[in-house]
Amino acid sequence: MTRTDPTDVPRPEANLHFGVFFQGVNHWTIWSDPNSGSQIDPASYRQVAQTAERGLFDAFFLGEGLRLREVDGRIHDLDVAGRPDAITQLAALAAVTDRIGLVSTSNTTFNEPAELARRLSGLDLLSSGRAGWNVVTTDNAWTGANFRRGGYLDHADRYRRAAEFLGVARAIWDGWADDAIAASVDAPSWARPNAIGRVRERGAQFDVDLVPTLPRSAQGHPVIFQAGDSSEGRDFAARNADVIFSAHGNDFDDALAFANDLRTRLRAVGRPADDLRTRLRAVGRPADDLRILPGTEIIIGATEDEAREKARLIRFEQVTPATALNIASLLWNIDLSDRDADGPLPVEDPVIEKNSGAFGARRVADPRATVANWREQAQAHNWSLRETVIALGPQRGHVGTPAGLADKFTHFVREGAVDGFNITPYLIPDGLDDIVELLVPELQERGAYPAEYAGTTLREHLGLREPLTHRNADATRTG
Amino acid sequence: MSAGQLVLAVEIDGDGAHPAAWRHAAHAPGALLDPRRVRAVARIAENAGFGLVTLADDLVPPGGNPHISGRIGAVERAAFIAAVTSVVGIAPVVSTTYAEPFHVSSQLASIDHVSNGRGGWVVGVSAAEAAAPAWGRPLVGDAPARAREATDSARVVRDLWDSWEDDAVIRDVATSRYLDRDRLHYIDFTGQTFAVKGPAIVPRPPQGQLVVFAEHGLLPADLVDVALVGTPARTDSPRTFAEIEVALDTPAASAADRVAQLDRFTAFPARNRLRYTGSAEGFVALLTDLAGVVDGVRLHPLVLDDDLAVLSRLVLPALFRARIASRPLPGATLRDTLGLPRPDNRYATAQGNAR
Repeated sequence: MTRTDPTDVPRPEANLHFGVFFQGVNHWTIWSDPNSGSQIDPASYRQVAQTAERGLFDAFFLGEGLRLREVDGRIHDLDVAGRPDAITQLAALAAVTDRIGLVSTSNTTFNEPAELARRLSGLDLLSSGRAGWNVVTTDNAWTGANFRRGGYLDHADRYRRAAEFLGVARAIWDGWADDAIAASVDAPSWARPNAIGRVRERGAQFDVDLVPTLPRSAQGHPVIFQAGDSSEGRDFAARNADVIFSAHGNDFDDALAFANDLRTRLRAVGRPADDLRTRLRAVGRPADDLRILPGTEIIIGATEDEAREKARLIRFEQVTPATALNIASLLWNIDLSDRDADGPLPVEDPVIEKNSGAFGARRVADPRATVANWREQAQAHNWSLRETVIALGPQRGHVGTPAGLADKFTHFVREGAVDGFNITPYLIPDGLDDIVELLVPELQERGAYPAEYAGTTLREHLGLREPLTHRNADATRTG
Repeated sequence: MSAGQLVLAVEIDGDGAHPAAWRHAAHAPGALLDPRRVRAVARIAENAGFGLVTLADDLVPPGGNPHISGRIGAVERAAFIAAVTSVVGIAPVVSTTYAEPFHVSSQLASIDHVSNGRGGWVVGVSAAEAAAPAWGRPLVGDAPARAREATDSARVVRDLWDSWEDDAVIRDVATSRYLDRDRLHYIDFTGQTFAVKGPAIVPRPPQGQLVVFAEHGLLPADLVDVALVGTPARTDSPRTFAEIEVALDTPAASAADRVAQLDRFTAFPARNRLRYTGSAEGFVALLTDLAGVVDGVRLHPLVLDDDLAVLSRLVLPALFRARIASRPLPGATLRDTLGLPRPDNRYATAQGNAR
């Protein structure tokens, strides 16, 4: 960094946005710590959401998994598992929070638009405009075994279905005129005549015909999140999402490259729901139409040394010997569960041909190159397999002092590499405490974090414009 | 629940049992969809001493022109209510005709978790033809087909609730295992129109099984905890509740006049329920008589804002004084309130026998 004038940055006024991701299935959540609480007790969810709200976080985020993870036909037993239905849990949190956004990850493959759109609308109304939807897709028959239609969807069609699904959902959310409900009990009817539009949508994935049952909320529609990292996923986000929950938040250059890629895609696409606005601008969506919040872990210490030592201990708690062997098994595509995690790396080459027996876990893109790199580094540092997994395995997170992290994050946001972070606490339910108590004030001192909520809705917190609706578009055309 | 006592349930959907009830509501029509209204009605019912509230639902509009056209989903309202109440049971209607049984199971198990064991399920069917194109699914057009979907769904939902044993989360630091996979079970259900593998993604509900309510005759007896009947007489289910539509005299108008006023807009349709129209004293006498016949009653107030107030001020206190009914106890689960035992886990029991 060679800049000297602190205002000589692309976005000198930009503020960070924080979300919290209460994870349900992963090895990052340390359950072995004596301070680790329940993953299902509603008190855990309430505490994390209320702590985040105290720290002026934009959003509380829940994931989804529609089948318990398996390895070689057996349920994966090393990580936290078992969680509430996201929208149900969030509707309960809506009653005990005032400002924080409530974001549900919900699947477009194993839901139908009329029902899911209505559930999200209900959450949006019960929270007075704080609902968000992280749109995810699934195509595997393994998950389909829990559902009426089984594994019906081709891999190639999953984003097509998601886009169509979102189109139907938006039509449902726009079904009611803003003044649809009678003002008085003496009116001729509960809803004004012709104020509720029928939704008829027929496409490759859907053939539905319904009368929506809910009005728009204080924020119009639920805010749309998207997390897919493939080129298809990024295009889907550029067209459809308000917020992208990326995996590019550890390294500045990587984060900036991702952000620039998204901005290029944004300029290239029109937004189907917003054809009027797009036509007016004659170009794609403006760059400030999409917020980028990478998922990250934040480990704080009073000094850099203390933070690094804390991070080292946390990594050893996260990557137990059994977890190290599981991660290595996924990479090698060999069952290594009987090896010694504190011994050397396996001598075998990774198996590429055979389908992995693992379901519900991410795969490594190029196992041969990754294993070669691991061997080289392990030899150079004299690392055991477990130490190698900790050093080179799935990486995430920022480690430092409150002041150091605040400087770093201010740099990230002012340079336009991120709009904020979706923070995954490694400890439930106390894991946000030091972030809220120590990091947030440092950021506020730098003017890089809000001093209060910008409004009452999730859309307002994120600084997003209101969705343009078919009804508004019609009014603009005729009026 | 003590022997001979009634458990009192109240349906709190919309503005009341009469289709035109919204015309006598004490709020502007749109307030129905306001979270403050949802919270207020649930708290009134809890403070009055009801054992549980139920929440009607379906995907299609509830009333249809000229009546109420909007409704927040019952599961979402139930979860919201769970967070602002402490002892009242909460039983949403969840329909089985087109919904995914796996989702239904997860949502209801989550209601039981967020309410710390106060959850119930009123098994619903979607008879309206408009439900099929709304879901985008082929019409399930006759009552036997809807009963088949309800039966298979209830079986799947119950199997999934047991698919985690109570102690499946072991947190065994020595072996790095969070779960004991031997205490998780594939349900491998195959029904007439669908199959579900399992196990659930939600741990076993605090009550083991939520309390399952169903119209008498819809489901096989082994799937029902509380049968809902229109004609008061005990059934082969562990508990039987009589369904009663109730219109009470208020300081402003007699019950009969109140019904007549609403009937001018739309006739109060006849349903398979008792209907009481009259004074609070007379209603207390009716319920006193029913206490020896059924285990509980589910009340459908004509207009919530009017009749819930009279029930709360006059009817329930009289029943409590006479020990015809009692308030749910602090910390009680809905099963406790109903005097139903916490069920053994079918899979744990099966394994135990095999060992």
